[in-house]
Amino acid sequence: MAQVAVTSEPLDVHALTREVVRLKPRTTYKDEESVRPKPDTTYGGADGAIATFTGLVRDHNQGRQVRFLEYEAYVPLAVRALSLIVEEAQISWPTVRLGIHHRIGRLDIGEASVIIAATSPHRGDAFAACRYAIERVKQIVPIWKREHFEGGEVWLEGATADPEDEAAKQVAHRIACA
Amino acid sequence: MRVTVRLFARLRDLAGTGELTREVPDSATVHTLWRSLTAEMPSLAQYERTMSVAVNAEYARMTAVVHDGDEVAFMPPVSGG
Repeated sequence: MAQVAVTSEPLDVHALTREVVRLKPRTTYKDEESVRPKPDTTYGGADGAIATFTGLVRDHNQGRQVRFLEYEAYVPLAVRALSLIVEEAQISWPTVRLGIHHRIGRLDIGEASVIIAATSPHRGDAFAACRYAIERVKQIVPIWKREHFEGGEVWLEGATADPEDEAAKQVAHRIACA
Repeated sequence: MRVTVRLFARLRDLAGTGELTREVPDSATVHTLWRSLTAEMPSLAQYERTMSVAVNAEYARMTAVVHDGDEVAFMPPVSGG
């Protein structure tokens, strides 16, 4: 499993979390041999926190009754943009490891459209990096949703994607650290 | 020289296709290509100030020079998440 991905497969936040934790070696001590084998439900060792975010398809939007969403992506650029977000977060929160997966194709109400996992020695950085990542996803990743609602369908349009727009980056930072 | 044009979301709907090829003159820029597309399909022009562009799956500016075989993408404002 990759740290960043754009996929038509259902998303699994627990699998992504395990992947992100695996990126970081656990702290080892001289008496390592005496440490009992760990059950599958434990993570890492150097990390003290995991923050995850799951974005879901909602059944209403701007007064419309939503039936389902269709996500479209420019996949190679979307994967690059997700990697760039991971790099940006690494600069602001060097101890954090981040993973981001975004789903495309038809998604029904209640399905996960995006998942993010951030691990860190301390909770503050994990929460902040996770929030930063979703704000940046909405700003710079070339993915679009077409909303199918009762009575019609419409392409939703948010931000003009520009990874070099420092003002947008600052907005994401301010939200992450609020 | 020939370039591949990629259009996404509403731009794709307006053009009626997500991919087309176009001949452009040597030393053409993304802007040159966009001008010829909007001359052909005027409804695309509404996105001139809000779209993003990419050359070979890297974000680029309208002033970027395009080369033979390049893939140039025009993208409306994004709405992922």
